Amino acid sequence: MLQLDGVTIVQGDFRLEADLTLESGARVAVLGPSGAGKSTLLGAIAGFVPLSTGRVTLDGEDLSTLAPGARPLSILFQDNNLFPHLSAAQNVALGLRPSLRLTGTEQEKVDAALERVGLELLGGRRPAQLSGGQQSRVALARALLRRRPLLLLDEPFAALGPALKTEMLALVREILNETGAMLLMVTHDPEDARAIASQAIVVTEGEAARPAPLAALLDNPPDALASYLGRRRGAEPNAAHEGDDHSAG
Amino acid sequence: MTGRIWPLAGGSAVALILLILSFGSLGAVAWRAEGWGGLGPADWAAVRFTLTQAMVSAVLSVALAVPVARALARRCFPGRGLLITLLGAPFILPTLVAVMGLLAVFGRNGVISAILGWFGLPPLQIYGFVGVVLAHVFFNLPLATRLLLQGWLAIPSEHFRLAAALGFSRRDVFRHLEAPMLREMMPGALLVIFLLCLTSFAVALTLGGGPRATTVELAIYQAFRFDFDLSKAALLALVQFGLCALAAALALGVALPPGFGAGLDRPVIRHDMGRAPGLALWDGVMIGLAAAFLLLPLGMIVLRGLPLVAGLPAPVWMAAGRSVAVALASVLLCIGFALALGLAIERAGGVVSRGLEVVGMVSLAASPLVIGTGLFILTFPLVDPARLALPVTALVNAAMALPFALRAILPALRQAEASQGRLADHLGLTGWTRLRLVILPRLRRPLGFAAGLAGALSMGDLGVIVLFAEREGATLPLQLYRLMGAYRSDDAAGAAVLLLGLSLLIFWAFDRGGRAHAAT
Repeated sequence: MLQLDGVTIVQGDFRLEADLTLESGARVAVLGPSGAGKSTLLGAIAGFVPLSTGRVTLDGEDLSTLAPGARPLSILFQDNNLFPHLSAAQNVALGLRPSLRLTGTEQEKVDAALERVGLELLGGRRPAQLSGGQQSRVALARALLRRRPLLLLDEPFAALGPALKTEMLALVREILNETGAMLLMVTHDPEDARAIASQAIVVTEGEAARPAPLAALLDNPPDALASYLGRRRGAEPNAAHEGDDHSAG
Repeated sequence: MTGRIWPLAGGSAVALILLILSFGSLGAVAWRAEGWGGLGPADWAAVRFTLTQAMVSAVLSVALAVPVARALARRCFPGRGLLITLLGAPFILPTLVAVMGLLAVFGRNGVISAILGWFGLPPLQIYGFVGVVLAHVFFNLPLATRLLLQGWLAIPSEHFRLAAALGFSRRDVFRHLEAPMLREMMPGALLVIFLLCLTSFAVALTLGGGPRATTVELAIYQAFRFDFDLSKAALLALVQFGLCALAAALALGVALPPGFGAGLDRPVIRHDMGRAPGLALWDGVMIGLAAAFLLLPLGMIVLRGLPLVAGLPAPVWMAAGRSVAVALASVLLCIGFALALGLAIERAGGVVSRGLEVVGMVSLAASPLVIGTGLFILTFPLVDPARLALPVTALVNAAMALPFALRAILPALRQAEASQGRLADHLGLTGWTRLRLVILPRLRRPLGFAAGLAGALSMGDLGVIVLFAEREGATLPLQLYRLMGAYRSDDAAGAAVLLLGLSLLIFWAFDRGGRAHAAT
């Protein structure tokens, strides 16, 4: 159970408040207009953005005092999820041992994770020699290996085409099924959200709302979300498709 | 097409001047040499000393720069920007001023010796190898720090973020992020500093000397000035040229010192530093020591000399006037050379372009003393050398500053042509009009910077002038050297402050002028 307890984040003029609870195993989409603070919310949970007030707990453990790497979670950023000078296998192995001094069993685990995402033959390649989809698979293999109870996705697949993105979301779903981890995923695309999440948090006007059932939210959006999605209340759910905007903050 | 011919002609003329300066003077020295006696033991000792001190200076500068650059990269504190700017200052600092500052701190009568005296310990002895290396580290530690700091800041902050997300320890961060950067940056920094220390003359002249601490440059001066042994001077000149050419060839593929680079004022956001007070203390000590090492010697000189400036005797003021004139002439020549060469490089393309660029860098390998000796030999049958002292100094200084000036303006020149060239072609702008309306306004900033650099380097230079000048007609650095030699320490301190002030003023004035109303 993830709890954001009276959390406020202040950065200059920007201000975001969050007071909410996610059940264990929940799969939650984070929706909202660009610049509303979706990434900031994930950054705060992951330990990259300091909290002005409040605290974040996971299963009762206070995360606020932990360094980013010590928190029981894995995060995939929008980009730069891999070190360009290390091979795919090394990038995966970092999830087990940042020193890269692996025992035999650990090496087997790395190989298994690569195989799980279908990259068993490409472990020796550098990220630049991999396609965008393959790079995402490497990052996912590492998250799989880390087996942390919370997975944060900050639009890591935004640059992929629709077919690849669907493939990646399917892979994420499988990983969640295997690990039982909780998911918090920033997205711009309601269809992506539908593909994987059952709940959604709407971030608008300086506030991250409590999670609500996704289907109901999308079919009958509140005003702020409706204007972001580009449709009026009661209009056809797929009347307007959200244009891709990858510069979200 | 006239837009092509004139730049090429100008560039070729400059290239010819540079080649004559570098190789013609070498030839002249060789031509006048009578009998090749070979190198004696003392000469070999000079070669060994030159190589050893350059190597030790380079290794020490870079090794000490690592913790300082790392501390600067990951800490944010008031005055950080100012300190980083100051790290660029030794590049334009007159050598003699720095030497006097170092003596005031580390010398026999310096602060540290005084403190040692309280405990009944003997004073420090810095003349010789230690002093030469100390001065070179003083000049090059800041340079190495800036080069490595650039490397640190070039590591994408996303990599540090990812490292934090994966729970890297500091060792892991070093292994995966910092060590690869250092492996890439350190050879270049080492080579550049090694090269700069190879041609060191003024430091060896003031802090070295004697059979055990003579550089090849100093040996050339001594062979020429004291023995008038041209064959020995020629032989040593060839040796020096060979050493420098070798090091420069190695360094050609490597980044040159950026002097005052931009964009160093942003610390890397690090998420792994929060809970390490010991580390913060270590970084603070590193930064503090480096700052003290740089600022204390200069501070001592300024404090001591500032009240004495007003009372300086007339010859010092006249020398200062001559130095300003030389520096301004050197700026004109250097900027003229750099523009002519730069335009030709930009226009010619291909092999010609590459060749001109190498010629523009050749004076990095040339020794001012060799050039000076050659010019002396070529001109003294015709003119009284003393009358040529100042023009030759201005010319040689301009040639010495040219590589840095060229480095500063070439990128901007290429960019101006790339972005505005088509429009200028379309409007039929060629020749002087094109230069005046399209190119120069885009170059104001780097031109101002290059001019400031050339002016300050010339102002503080003590090199070729020592070959030519007689009793009269000294520049300010030479006058200062004579005051130091005559143990007139009050006048020397005052003159040092005057020299420092004028050097900084010249740099500031030109650099500032370039920034004001700059088009970019």
